[in-house]
Order: sequence, then C-alpha cells, then structure tokens
Amino acid sequence: MAELVGLTGNEAGAEALKDVNPDVAAVFPITPQTELMHQFSSYVNDGEVDTELVPVESEHSAQSACFGSAASGARTVTATSSQGLMLMAEICYITAGTRLPVVMPVVNRALSGPINIHCDHSDAMGCRDSGWIQIYSENAQEVYDNTIQAFRIGEHKDVLLPVMSCLDGFILSHTMESVEVIGREAVQGFVGEYDPAFSLLDTQSPISIGPLHLTDYYFECKRQEVEAMENARQVILDVGKEYGELTGRGYGFFEEYRLDDAEVAIVALGSTCGTAKAAADQARENGVKAGVLKLRVFRPFPGDQIAEVISRMGAVAVMDRAISFGLQGGPLFNEVRSFANGRCPNLINYVYGLGGRDINATEIESIFHELEKIKDSGQPGELYRYIGLRE
Amino acid sequence: MPSLKQMSANPELLAPGHRACAGCAAPAILRQALHVSGPDTVVGFATGCMEVSTTIYPYTAWKVPYVHCAFENSASTIAGAEAAYQVLKRRGRIPADKKINFIAFGGDGGTYDIGFQALSGAMERGHDMLYICYDNNAYMNTGIQRSSATPRGASTNTSPAGRAVPGKQQDRKDLTACMVAHNIPYVAQASVSNHMDFMRKVEKALAVEGPSFINILQPCHRGWRYKPEDSIKLAQLAVDSLYWPIFEVENGKWKINYKPKEPIPVADWFKEQGRFRHILKDDPEGVIEWHQEQTDRRWKELLQREAASQED
Amino acid sequence: MSNKLLNWREMPIGGMVVRAGNSEEYETGSWRTYRPVHVEERCIHCLRCWILCPDSAIKVEDGKMVGFDLDHCKGCGICAAECPPKCHAIEMKLDSECEDEASA
Repeated sequence: MAELVGLTGNEAGAEALKDVNPDVAAVFPITPQTELMHQFSSYVNDGEVDTELVPVESEHSAQSACFGSAASGARTVTATSSQGLMLMAEICYITAGTRLPVVMPVVNRALSGPINIHCDHSDAMGCRDSGWIQIYSENAQEVYDNTIQAFRIGEHKDVLLPVMSCLDGFILSHTMESVEVIGREAVQGFVGEYDPAFSLLDTQSPISIGPLHLTDYYFECKRQEVEAMENARQVILDVGKEYGELTGRGYGFFEEYRLDDAEVAIVALGSTCGTAKAAADQARENGVKAGVLKLRVFRPFPGDQIAEVISRMGAVAVMDRAISFGLQGGPLFNEVRSFANGRCPNLINYVYGLGGRDINATEIESIFHELEKIKDSGQPGELYRYIGLRE
Repeated sequence: MPSLKQMSANPELLAPGHRACAGCAAPAILRQALHVSGPDTVVGFATGCMEVSTTIYPYTAWKVPYVHCAFENSASTIAGAEAAYQVLKRRGRIPADKKINFIAFGGDGGTYDIGFQALSGAMERGHDMLYICYDNNAYMNTGIQRSSATPRGASTNTSPAGRAVPGKQQDRKDLTACMVAHNIPYVAQASVSNHMDFMRKVEKALAVEGPSFINILQPCHRGWRYKPEDSIKLAQLAVDSLYWPIFEVENGKWKINYKPKEPIPVADWFKEQGRFRHILKDDPEGVIEWHQEQTDRRWKELLQREAASQED
Repeated sequence: MSNKLLNWREMPIGGMVVRAGNSEEYETGSWRTYRPVHVEERCIHCLRCWILCPDSAIKVEDGKMVGFDLDHCKGCGICAAECPPKCHAIEMKLDSECEDEASA
C-alpha cells in the first residue's frame, strides 16, 4: 500500500532493496554510501528481510561475491561510491561480460587525487563503458523508483546486464525528502520471482563460467553484450511505463521540463536537474524561454532521442559533473555532441560541481542568459567552460 | 575413504584434452579432489595455469560447475556462490537436503599474494567452503616470476640469478601458518607426492562445517627446471627433506602426517632443480646452509606444536 | 573436433561453456614424443599411475589398469616414473617407433 514517508536518498535505496528482499547482498562501507547498507543490514538483523548478508572485506570482494552469487542464480545486490567503485571496477566489467544482472546503487562521489568525499559523477563516468546500465535519479523518490525498476530491466531475458542506480552523494544520499513507497507486496508483484537464466548450483547440468576466450571468440562475446545493451532500450521504456501504471510515476529515458516551447535548454544528470528546473522558471520570468532535459538513462545512451529534442533549441548547454582530461569537457557533453552531429550548432559544455562544489539556481539562470545571447548572435564562443570555479 | 580401486569406478570429473603442460601434475590434484568431493561440487578458480589450461573456449575440462572471475578473487567468488546456496536452500529454491561442496582453487600467486585479502576475508566470515592452494612456488602461468611462496635463492624471471644479486633475496611466507592463525576448523599442508594423504585431507576438509584450507605443494618442471616425468619425485624430495612437511591442524590441534625415518638434506632436493643451480655452484651467502637451519628450526617447532596438542 | 567457429548469435551468452567436459574433443595426444607402453604381466594394478595421471589417460576397467587413452596422453612419463620400481610395468618408447598401435 502506498504511503508517504520521510527518507534520505540512502534510506530510499535501502527501502527499495528491503521491498525487493533480494537473495544476497554484499556490504562494505564507503562514504557516502555507508548508510544505505547500514539501513539494509538492520533490515536483515531485524528479520524484515531474509537476505543472505555477505559483509566482505573490500569492494573488490563485494563485487566478486556478487559475481559468484549471481552466477549461482541468486538475485544479488551491493552498493558503493567513488574509490569503492574504482576498486571493484575490474570485476564490474566481468559481471557485465558474464551477463549477471546484479543491481547496485552507486552513491556518486568524486575520485581521489586529492581525496574528496563529496558529490560528482567521476566514479560512475569512469565505469561508463563497463557494460552496466546506468540510471540517474533527481531526488529520493526517484532513487526508490529507479532501484526497483533496475531489477526488472537487468533481469529481462533479452538484457541480462547489471544495473547501477546512481544518486548524488550527500545532496541526495543524506537529504531527507518525502517519498511515496509502495510496500513489499506491490514491489514483489512488480519485480516478480527471480528466474535466473543459468546457475552454477545446477550440478545436474554443469556449466563453466568465465573460460578463456582467445582471438577466435572474444570479439563475438562482446558483440552479444552490445546487443543486450541495445535490447535494454525498449525494456527500460516498457518497465518505466508499467511502473507508471502501478504508481502514477512513469519513466522514460529523460524528462522534458518546459521544453515544448523552449528556445534554450540545459541537459544534465541527477540532483542538479531540480535546481535547473527552478532556474528555468526564474529565467522564464526574466524573459528567456528556458527548459531542462533531465537525463535519466546514461547507458544505454539515448542519443538520437536527445538530439531530436535539442535540435529544436536555439542554444543548449550540457552540464557535466565530471571531466575528461585531454579531451576537454565532460563525458555527457561529448556523448551528446556526437549524436547532435551539427543538428544543434550552438552546443556548449559546462563542467561544474566537481568535488561537491555547490551550484545554485542563480548560477544556472546565468547559463540560460548566456545561451540566449548565443542563440541571438549565432556565436557559441568558448566550447568548454567551467562554472563555479575560481579562475 | 574408499580405495583407489573403488574410486576408479567413479565417473572422471576432469576430462582429458585440457592444455596443461605435459608432466604438470596439477591436474592430478584436481582429479583427486573431485574423486573425493563428487559431482555435487562447485569449483572456483583464480586466474592461473589450471584456469587457463582447463577452459580454453569453446572447451572445458570440467564436468562439475566451474567458475572463474579474476586473479585475486577465487575465495570471494566462491564465498558469493556459497552465500547463494545458503539462501536458496533456506527459501526452498533448492532442496533442503541437497549438499553441495564449494572448492576454491588458486595457485600461490593467486593465494599467497594477490588473492590473500580475499582468502583471509572469506575464511574469517566462515563460509562453508574449502580453499585449495596449489603452490608451485612462483607465478608460473605468466612465465615464472617470484611470488611470496618462492624460496630464498631460487632464480625466477623477476629474481634472476644475476652477477650482482643471486636469485630471490627473501624467503617464503608461511601461508599455512597464516591460515592456522585464522582459527578455522581445518587447515592442512599436503604434497602431490602423497595422494592418499591429500585425498583424506580433502575428505576431512569438506566434512567440517565452515571454512577449511589446504596448501598443496605442486612442483612445476618449467619453473623449477627438472624433467617433466619427475614432478611427483620432486614433491617427495621436498617432503623427505622436511622443507615441506605434511601436517594438519584440526580445531587447533596439530598433527604431522608423515615423519621421514631418515630425512634427507635440503641440498639433495635443491640439487634436482635448475632454479638453484647457481647457488649449488657458488654460494658465498650460505643460502643452502641457511635453508637447512630454517628447515630444522621449523621442523622442531612443528614437533613441539604436535606434542603440545597431544598434551591438551 | 569441429572447426566451424560459431557466430555471436549462436554462442551461449556470457562466454560460458555449456557442454561439460567437451575438452575431450580436443586431442592432446599429438603433443607426444614418447608413449607409455603397458607391460601387463608385470602390472600389479595398484592404480598409482591412474591416480597420478594429469590427463585422465589411464584406462581402468573393473579396478584393473587396461591401457592408455592415446588420444589424450601427452607422453609426460609420470606413469612410468611412478610405477613401483619392483614392477616397472610401464615403459616409455618413442612414439614414432610404435606405428603398429592406434595412434592419436
């Protein structure tokens, strides 16, 4: 039964996992993810779920235990952040390549060098080609909703890929919001009984998982993975629609905020989209027809759909909370630009918020005004820009 | 434990056609373990010789479920599989009376070194699994590099017998003792030369509830440099010289499983191996003598531990 | 051994092998320089060769050693070296000189 409760992003993730009641959860602490698995561990020890908890000694072993568990036909979860994701990155590729639909909330945090515990997207972006589906949330409600949908998406027989349910560290993970939860019965009904595609525990039909592929077969294996990721597109849309029928909150690849008549727009991921929506409202009050494309699904990348929307705009800024050294700009911008392919000539990039640097509505409104100028002049000027940085 | 004659009626669970070097006895270790554990066994492997040679796609030598993930995580991968087994049994998705054995394998590189943390974690958490380290004293799969299992003085490709530095400068880590320090129910050291002893240890290890560990010496003719047919003999010499005593620690009680009547000098074992040729020719640092002292000291300690266990 | 390589649509997913023990189709007998020859009258059927063979290539029937799987025997000589000295029931001979017998 649907109920409105106050939850932080971490608690919303844990609540989703509680309602799914997965078979196995590997847990290891890292700020700012820690509390998500604190919460889930208390569900286990209070008997609210009967998940097998594997309190591993590192994130590397967390993902490895997930690998072994998922290969044994168990519905499997873990969660991590930042350095933890980097430590498990090696295994993340193997989980995807072996087609194991592990679900993992990733509480986005900057990567060390220097160490920083606050939000940016460098961690998940560093794994963008690991073969995991990546879904980003704007608020705690979406964390709950996306984490539940992740099971249906990853476990679909045409997909069988692991899924990262990404949420911004601290900004979402530690902020309490009002969240509508739908309860164990509805969630169980939605995700269904897990019917694994294969299992190590089937000793009657033994399989060998993880053999050595040489030059004659490795390439074909990767091609299968491409196909699975392509298949995920329709599955994401179907699952988002079905979830909408259940809860009244439907989901697609992205949300269009005031884009119908917009002339300038921002493309962004995660919690910044909430701020950007407020900034768009403000900009509109000041005479700029502003809108926001809030990207939800980063992998598979809905490039054609994004390009179709932004090609209607006079100028667009892509907001990156990560950076690609030596390429300039951020990964989101470079993906968007490769699909826009000239269809949106006034396309610029802002790198912002690294290491948790705050970005406010006034700053984002200034971007809309800048876009308005670019639209009028037809001169995009500097392609790669920073905002919130002391020059 | 059944006799070899009885075992020979079992189905062979490691098929031929794998690509291990001719004369590598490591596949015999796998066969022996499987003859004890039977078809209801899930095997995990660390990246290494046996992983590569038994599963070159599209072939597999395994007739039991097999999983390989990476180099350093054989223990945590099998720990995950065992966790899945526990919960699926609890939830009725596999029959409650279905017993499955979980065996993680790794070479010394994958166990003493890169997989040490994952092994320690899995043992500490108490998974019902057996970890078997086949210790061939170096990273053999990548082409003979020193590991923390390589004996002092041995020449490997990252500790070559050079003009300035004569082979490996450090002695091996006592991994078996490290595992005893985890206070798990069963730890044993074994040798491929003593197959009945090894199989009895596998049987014991699988029978205990919780984690168990066996460290089995497995000579490598490529890395140790001897004739391929001598693999079993080289292991026997290591045991007879007391360099590699075979023993078990059951719930904290130490028991030596074989006491050679007349132990041979460690040098007699070294003499059969090309990796020690340089120090046999010229040993200004006294490495051989040092090894003999260390071996004598360790054997004495082992005898004391056994005696102390019997007093309890 | 089939030489036809599967395309990506034909392969099982995730790179796994679903035909347990199919390495048997890969014949490692061609690696061999020397082959073991069983001297039956000297054999006491202790099965030491069988349990130590790395290539599962010792054939045993009703608890008795009856010969070698020459499709897979790599000719390593462990069986001959480990046969009890008092029996010496396995001899290694140059494979090329054994053309009369079935060869891998």
